[in-house]
Amino acid sequence: MRNRARIMIPLAAAGLLAAACTGGGATPTPPASQPQSQGAAGSANPDSLPRNETLYTTGTQWGPPVNFNPIREWDHATGTKGLVYETLFHYDATAGKLTPWLAESGSWADDKTYQVKLRQGVKWADGQPLTAKDVAFSFELGKMETIPYHNLWTWLKSVEAVDDQTVKFTFSTANYQQWDFNLYSRSIVPEHIWKGRSENEVLDGINENPVGTGAYTFMAKDQDRVVLRRRDDWWGKAALNMEPKPRYIVDIATPSNEVAMGLLLQKGMDLSNNFLPGVANLVKGNFGLTTYYSEPPYMLSANTAWLVPNTTKKPMDDPAFRKALASSIDVKKIVEGVYGNLVKAASPTGLLPQWEQYVDQGVVARSGFAFDAAKAKKTLADAGYKDTDGDGYVENKDGSKISLSIIVPSGWTDWMESARSIAASAKTAGIQVTPDFPDFNALVEKRAKGDFDLLINNERQLSNSPYTYYEYLFQLPVQKQQNTVNFARYENKRAWDLTKQLDQVKTDDAEGMKKIISQLQQIHLDDLPVIPLWYNGLWAQSSNQVWKNWPAAAGSAPKTPAVMWHNWLELGGFETLTQLQPSGS
Amino acid sequence: MRRYFGRKLLIYGLTFFVAVTVNWLIPRFMPGDPVASMVARANVTQPAAAEAMRVYYSNLFGFDQPLITQYLNFWAALFRGDFGISIWLFPSPVSSVITTAVPYTLALIVPSVLLSWVVGNRFGAYAARRKLLDNTVLPVGYVLTAMPYMWLAVLLAWAFGVIAGLFPVAGGYSFSMRPNWSWAFLLDLLHHWTLPFLSLFLVALGGWAIGMRNMIIYELESDYSNYLAALGAPARLIRRYAFRNAVLPQITGLALQLGVIVAGALVTEIVFAYPGLGSLILNAIKNKDFFLLQGTFLFIVLGVLIANFIIDIVYVVVDPRTRAGMAGAQA
Repeated sequence: MRNRARIMIPLAAAGLLAAACTGGGATPTPPASQPQSQGAAGSANPDSLPRNETLYTTGTQWGPPVNFNPIREWDHATGTKGLVYETLFHYDATAGKLTPWLAESGSWADDKTYQVKLRQGVKWADGQPLTAKDVAFSFELGKMETIPYHNLWTWLKSVEAVDDQTVKFTFSTANYQQWDFNLYSRSIVPEHIWKGRSENEVLDGINENPVGTGAYTFMAKDQDRVVLRRRDDWWGKAALNMEPKPRYIVDIATPSNEVAMGLLLQKGMDLSNNFLPGVANLVKGNFGLTTYYSEPPYMLSANTAWLVPNTTKKPMDDPAFRKALASSIDVKKIVEGVYGNLVKAASPTGLLPQWEQYVDQGVVARSGFAFDAAKAKKTLADAGYKDTDGDGYVENKDGSKISLSIIVPSGWTDWMESARSIAASAKTAGIQVTPDFPDFNALVEKRAKGDFDLLINNERQLSNSPYTYYEYLFQLPVQKQQNTVNFARYENKRAWDLTKQLDQVKTDDAEGMKKIISQLQQIHLDDLPVIPLWYNGLWAQSSNQVWKNWPAAAGSAPKTPAVMWHNWLELGGFETLTQLQPSGS
Repeated sequence: MRRYFGRKLLIYGLTFFVAVTVNWLIPRFMPGDPVASMVARANVTQPAAAEAMRVYYSNLFGFDQPLITQYLNFWAALFRGDFGISIWLFPSPVSSVITTAVPYTLALIVPSVLLSWVVGNRFGAYAARRKLLDNTVLPVGYVLTAMPYMWLAVLLAWAFGVIAGLFPVAGGYSFSMRPNWSWAFLLDLLHHWTLPFLSLFLVALGGWAIGMRNMIIYELESDYSNYLAALGAPARLIRRYAFRNAVLPQITGLALQLGVIVAGALVTEIVFAYPGLGSLILNAIKNKDFFLLQGTFLFIVLGVLIANFIIDIVYVVVDPRTRAGMAGAQA
């Protein structure tokens, strides 16, 4: 027995080592682009990235990076759009205007023609120049039916390359607000590489060796990471006088927030875009972590969380009931108890703080709502909802019981807590609400079909215009499946007409926008098709260990958001990278 | 001999068929529609475009066909070695997703199962004879077995990773490294592997040690041991016989353990963000990825079946009674 053990231990150890080796060997070595990028990297050791030149980020990618396709704006590898592929403009949410990017300028030639002048000397990573044809080609890809921006072509008539630097867009209906959104949202892809790709490949292609105009190229990927390397010949260095400081960016797919937190505390992570409960303690403690504000709410606001009632069901079809529900919810309790002050309570309009100038304070003062249990009870009683059987809950006008369920995805702990809190507040007003936590996919299905009573949702992000906000609220017609907007299934033709009208106000006409938005706010607050709750934060925790000069509200620090989320690099995320400074120096 | 293995093979074949069928059925009875969530994620605003996308994906995954056809297609594809396309990691083929993850999981499970078994048995055997060891190892062993995998893993990650900073808390290898055949990289792999391995190893170790200790005490007090001792046989010889007898149930235990350890590895991989099958399974469930779920389960079913088959063979080698039974069957 002694002998056998003697043999078996080294054997097992050998097996272990062999297993460990195959573990490394079988991890996917980067594809064909590797030799090329190594050559370009020059002096850098290709097998180990220097810590002081590398930025580690997380919070965007929740699984292995699988595609580098900028058309797939929702699940491409981090940085595909924004770092590798670029857009014509960026949008500066603080200043409220478009920043020319690939475009040198853009303007309305007449009411229905938009002209873009491209910058000279912008080159694709393969050395070919960017021309107006590439831009026209990229927008024309949207003519394919399954491409996410296909609906652009219901109001865009044609796009043509007038000469190498000029692109002319002609519209059948000029939706100015949406157009600005498109200008900073659509990736420009190289025609000479993408030409001839089938619809299937454009939508679903992996696009393994992405060739973009951006400041970074893909260097390597693995199950849990994407590695990007800075291009030293990026056009923006000269044209924009900007350079992102990290030579390498490694975006890590962390399976849980705890892991992200562990990495942050180990100084192995520079920027975490995860929701980390209790981060306030870390910011106050001596951990070298910073957030945008050094006090509540710590984060910038990214989107509004709404309570969405299914307006096709009784009693949620009654505006009076919805208003009673709205004033029964103690949002302050959620902000403090559930979020530890990491978020802000939403204004009654729900418009993000960045859009504050569009809030009509008169309308809010007249028709806004606030937490007031007594008022909620009174509204219910006035509208004819009475507790006839004495169980503490009001009944429908016909005497039938009201028992509503509020659904949020299972595992979204903050929302689950919030749903419990909402149920508890509603109870004090006499409305029976039960929290329910289906899994995310089941919820998506119920949400699309309208098979729910109440849910929490935040599908719309900060954008160039409150138009996207009101499109979410009011879009018509209501379909059998509501995939992205108007989950409340609220039908109000006038509201939708006004929203469409807003779209056709030129983006520099702030007064014109305010006039329509004020009317939209009135409808929203009168009818409450959705009830704004709080502003979800633009979760960003950064470590000062290796990189400093992170965005902050105080002092001369940059005011851009520090974020790697999809579609946010154009909203200032990229500019943040150019402002970083190595902590060592 | 042939009949023994023939019967075993038949049982394994049946098990495989049932397991694979159940494995095909389960995701299809889960609530939620994977295509709907795929389309929802795409944020397509125009209803017509969303519908076009839905039809396109349903057709691509074959969800538009009747269930029985889907089932038959599934078996046909399986025999071609085609596991389909992952929905979560669309459009990666499931087989390639699994092959990148499997080495990590195997590198965790195989050494931790075998080493904990060998070391645990040895410790247990010693503990049975040494009072001092019995008073120290045994209580520790009890604590270790009673401890949930998850808890120990989190404790280890916190203590050695975050507080002491000795070991990394995430990844299969450093985020600053790229895979290559150098000592530095191999050491880095080993560095990342240590904590997840330890968490699995330590928990299993206690169980084996306790089992072995109890078995040895039982064997040393049995009639044949007393008889041998009365005959004046050396204590070493008696212990060797006792160990041989005591190890048999432990081998059976090993076979059973193999099925359970996968679940332990799953949690461990998630705690340490280790890029193995465990994380894949969790995400496949979360994202209703039928094909990835089938693929990973199939892999586990095959692994457990093969491991059990090997143990069956080992049994023939180490337990003379099995051989006698087979000879009897043939006669």
